This record gives sequence, structure tokens and C-alpha cells, in this order.
Amino acid sequence: MSHDLIRDIFMTHFHHPVLSHQTDSAVVEAGNTLLAFTTDSFVVDPVFFPGGDIGKLAIAGTVNDLAVSGARPLYISASFILEEGLPVGELEIIVQSMASEAAQAGVGIVAGDTKVVDKGKCDKLFITTSGIGLLEERHRHISMGSQVQAGDCILINGTLGDHGMAVLAARTLTDFAGSIRSDCASLNHLIYRILNTFSGVHFMRDATRGGLATVLAELSGGKAFGVTIREEDIPMNDPVRGLCELLGYDPLYVANEGKVVMVASRREAPAILQEMRKDSLGQKASMIGEVVDDHHGKVWITTSIGGRRMLDMLAGEQLPRIC
Amino acid sequence: MKYIDEYRDKALVARLTEAIRAISKKEVALMEVCGGHTMAIHRYGIPSLLPDNIRLLSGPGCPVCVSSRQYIDKAVAYSRLPGTIITTFGDLLRVPGSKSSLEKEKAGGADVRVVYSILDAIDIAGQHRDKKVIFLGIGFETTAPGSAAGVLTAHAKNLDNFFFFSAHKVMPPAMKALIDEGIKIDGYIAPGHVSTITGSDMYREIPEKYGLGCVIAGFEPVDILQSIYMLVKQIETKTPRVEIQYRRAVKPEGNLRARALLEEVFTFRDDWWRGLGILPNSGLTLKEKYRSWDAEQMIPVTVAEARDEKGCLCGEILKGLKIPTDCTLFGKICTPSDPVGACMVSNEGSCNAFYRYGE
Repeated sequence: MSHDLIRDIFMTHFHHPVLSHQTDSAVVEAGNTLLAFTTDSFVVDPVFFPGGDIGKLAIAGTVNDLAVSGARPLYISASFILEEGLPVGELEIIVQSMASEAAQAGVGIVAGDTKVVDKGKCDKLFITTSGIGLLEERHRHISMGSQVQAGDCILINGTLGDHGMAVLAARTLTDFAGSIRSDCASLNHLIYRILNTFSGVHFMRDATRGGLATVLAELSGGKAFGVTIREEDIPMNDPVRGLCELLGYDPLYVANEGKVVMVASRREAPAILQEMRKDSLGQKASMIGEVVDDHHGKVWITTSIGGRRMLDMLAGEQLPRIC
Repeated sequence: MKYIDEYRDKALVARLTEAIRAISKKEVALMEVCGGHTMAIHRYGIPSLLPDNIRLLSGPGCPVCVSSRQYIDKAVAYSRLPGTIITTFGDLLRVPGSKSSLEKEKAGGADVRVVYSILDAIDIAGQHRDKKVIFLGIGFETTAPGSAAGVLTAHAKNLDNFFFFSAHKVMPPAMKALIDEGIKIDGYIAPGHVSTITGSDMYREIPEKYGLGCVIAGFEPVDILQSIYMLVKQIETKTPRVEIQYRRAVKPEGNLRARALLEEVFTFRDDWWRGLGILPNSGLTLKEKYRSWDAEQMIPVTVAEARDEKGCLCGEILKGLKIPTDCTLFGKICTPSDPVGACMVSNEGSCNAFYRYGE
């Protein structure tokens, strides 16, 4: 379990106060400037999937980690571990896709490194990207969620589960491949426009591994507030729902690569939702729940039929069910 | 989505819960014996919709949960044999054996592959003729016909490097054993998918001999609530019988073709159930005719007798005598990422469902 490893090994030995916040990006000061700084390694099988590839993912993932911290992403570094025998043509397609995603997001890829390892020592290629962005003092609280309070609204910019199920289908269920596309995209422009127009954004996180449920469990864990969401307001594409039904997956835990969970003040939330919907990456944006002064530290969901249950963090990988 | 949304209709759910409240007078405990029902009940928060006098209990309906530790120990032993590929459904990976699990063996270098069907395992055997490919066949009457078809395919292709390791079980002996043990229940929410294969006749003894109703239920919220309504009505009017709520999938005679496959390939054997012990004629093993594909016959391994974990209440929980939160290990020593008992491992297990969905 990577949660345990982080706590027991890395946090124990690195013990830097900034690291202990465990936010998407570290917030650090350089002179009088506030910077957001993040790094992420990308390992995906297959490297090409409907809606993207490992290169696009490596750029968008790091851009999003900076953007959800409230920062404006500026520069990115990219390191490659290549398996001997990887076709150069494939590498070039991946690198082109990185360049194009970086241009789209408006970030510069300004440093890099390449290592080649023997065949079998890695799976095609692994990419590590790091990024820095400028953070305004007024947005410093966002990554910590220190201004989140009961009454705030929870927004999401579109459908859930597309990336995780697209990759799964591409890997193992080729009959489905193609009907589901990854949502992999850089969210910095959408987020930047909202931060520039509104002051009521209290928290953001991209719902990657572990999905929406994990983001909300982490948001509320140990806090003096609870979270309630409504299943019927959570947008989802039909093929994703269908494949989840078939395999017994809970879409609330499936990874996304272009979805931001945003907590905003009740006063501004409706206008923020309208603003999100103007963006091509936010057309299906929805208000899915509230922060409440009840069941502190816990997330509850009102199910599509009107029942209630608790949501928790997922332990381990989701596995398909027997029957 | 068609065939799904109709069965999750909020207004219909509200009408059903009102109807249940209107007829329900007695305190009743209804038991579901299918992991799919356990999952759906928790996932949709169905207990929160029912009146307080109706209690839902989870029985031994998760195939992984009732399997013996010894089965996992044997699978682990197989995975350590050189030149062997283990193929399995995902649920079994994390199930703890006495000392190891398939997940741990896989991390340690054993060739353990998750498949979605026995036919995938047969393909793997076809591609690796130099290796022994063992498929772990598990589940109730629902998944057993798939296994039977797989064994017949291996037979037809004359695949001599494919082996089948059976943990298949059948449901009725367990349903009767629970009542014989004196578990206080007032009716069964009977398994829907099992019944698509077997039909409804096999439950007849339950109302006739034990005076308890059985309603064969579908898996959507509306199905489950309607089944609860039907059971409550039987109880209130003292007319226990076998009824099919899941009529869009279950016929009284079941699936004759699948039943013929089972008949062709499998024979009954006495089998061990977690919490219930050995039940006569409750397990399925390959007939003598197919012994060349039977892993236990062709690749014998010996493992020590396995004992259940101290303090683990899986057995009591499977019988509906205890609920997961009664267990001192629950949520502390035993969690989905580090399970002690089988009920915590499988997505369908009561403890796992309790842990994830709360009460």
C-alpha cells in the first residue's frame, strides 16, 4: 500500500514540514515569490489508449497538480526511462504528444534526462515530470483547504471514471476499447479563469487514483466537518457506467485525469458552475454535494434511490468480482 | 441505461418502501445468501429505507468467504511449482492462506494471472504448451457451468497442460444447514443468478420442511425491495412458499443447457464451509471421466491442516449470528488492505461491505 509506504518510510526519514502537508504540490518560498512545486512518475499499460497516451498524461498530470494548488504552471522537466527495443517511432509519437499538450497548457518543457535500461527492466517507458508554478498569496490556502467550512458546495467539472475505465478496456477488454475515451486534459486554463473571477474557491484537488471518493475522504478526514454528496448529481458517461456495472467496479473510486473537485463558498458556487460550463472541459460540470456540520470527518452519499451510506477510502486495487 | 434505470427508479422505490411499511407488523430477520445482494443492499443504502422491525442479515453467499484456508494454501503451493501458471479471478488474489496469499506469491515472482473467464485460462494454456496452467474454479451454481464448459473445451482441444482446481459449491445444503443450526431467520432472499441456472425447485424443501419463505430476487434496488415486500407478505399471512421476483431472468426449470453441462462434468462431494463445517454433497468436483484435467488428481500437493485465525468471527458472521462490528479485529487488525478473515477480503464479503459502506 503506497499510503503506508509514504507514512512509514518516506515521511519518517524526510520529515520536512512542507512535505508533511501531503498536498498535490509543495508550496515553497523563493525570495519574495511563492512557488508551487510538484513531481509525478507515470507508468501506464498500455502506453497508448483512447483519448491519450503516456506523454499527454505526464504533462497534464503535472500541470493539474500545480493548477489545483491554485498556481499558474510555468515550467516542466521530463525524465525518461526507456526499455531497450522501444520503437523510436513510438517514442516520437509520445514526445510529440507531450509537446502539443505543453503548448496547449502554456507551459515550457525546459529540462530533461534520458536513461536506457535492458529489455525487461522496465515496461516500454516510464516518464517522470516535475513542474513549478507561481502562486499568489491569496490562493495559498487552497491546497490545504484551510478555509473549507460547513455550507460550502462541492463541484466537479464533468463525468467520472472515463480515464480508469478507458485504460482498463484498452488493456484487457478489447471489445469495449474505443467506446470509452480517457478524459486526460490540462485543467489550468479552466481553473485560472475561475480563480481570476471569483474569490470563493476554498479547495481543489484532481480526482486521479482512488477517484472522487478518495479526494472527499481525504478532504474530510479528521476535520470538524462532514461531506454529503448526491449520487444522482454525479455525471457519468453511459459506456463507463456499463463497464463498471459489468465488472462490479464502483465508479466513485475509478481514476480520472481531467477532473477537478472544487469546494466553493455557497454564495459563489452557482456562478462558478456557470463559468465551468462555458469551458470545453466543463460542459457537464455539476454541483454534487455540500460540506456539512454533521458526521464530522466522514463522507456520506445519498444514493440514487434515496438511501444513505458512508463512503470510505479504497484499500488496495479494485478487483473485478467473481459473479 | 436501459434495463438498469427502470430498476433504480426513485419514485418506485418510495412506493415499495411505503407498501412494506403498510403491511409489516412483526419483527422479522431476512437473510440474503448471495454476495451480489449483500453488495447491492449496502451500496444503495437499503437498510436506511426499511422500518426498524425489518432486519437484513448476510449469510454465506460469498464464494471466496466460505472457501477453506487450505484451498488457498494449495493454490499457493501450486504457484511455487516450477513451470506453472496460476490463472484466477481477481477476488482470490488477496485472500490470506495460512502463511501467504496469491498476491504475495505474485509479488515474489510466481506467475499468477488474473483472468475474466476460464476461456482466457485455456488460451493461456494454448500459448504456453511447455507450462502447466492451473485455473482456480470458484463460485456457486452461477459460475460452475462456465467452468464445466471450459473443462469440455480443454477436453475437445486435448489440452493436456491445462488443469482445473475446483472450489465450486452448491447453495441449498448451506441454506438448510443454517436453519438446522437454529439460526433465527424468518425468510430467505434467495440468490438470483444461482437460480437462473438451477431454477426454483431446489428451494422447495425450505417452505415445505422448515416453514420458511424463499423469494428469488434480482440485484437492483427495486428487485430487492419488491422481494422484501413479497417475503413480508408471506410472513404476515403465514403462507411460506418459493416465489420468483426475478422473473425476467429466472425460469422455474432454470437453464436446462447449463444444468446438462454441470451434470456432464461435475459430481457432488462433501465439502468444508467456513463457519458451517463439512456439509454433505455441498461441493462440486470433476467426474472420473475428466480426471486428466483435475489438478488435485494430476498434480498432488500436500499442505498442513489449516486452522482459522484466532479471534476472527467470520464463521459467526457468515451464519448471521454476529455482525462485523461485533468482532474485535474489525477495522483495527482486519481491514480490506490487510484482511484476517475471508469476509474482509472479497468485495462481496460482509465485513468488506460493512467497512466500505458503513452502517
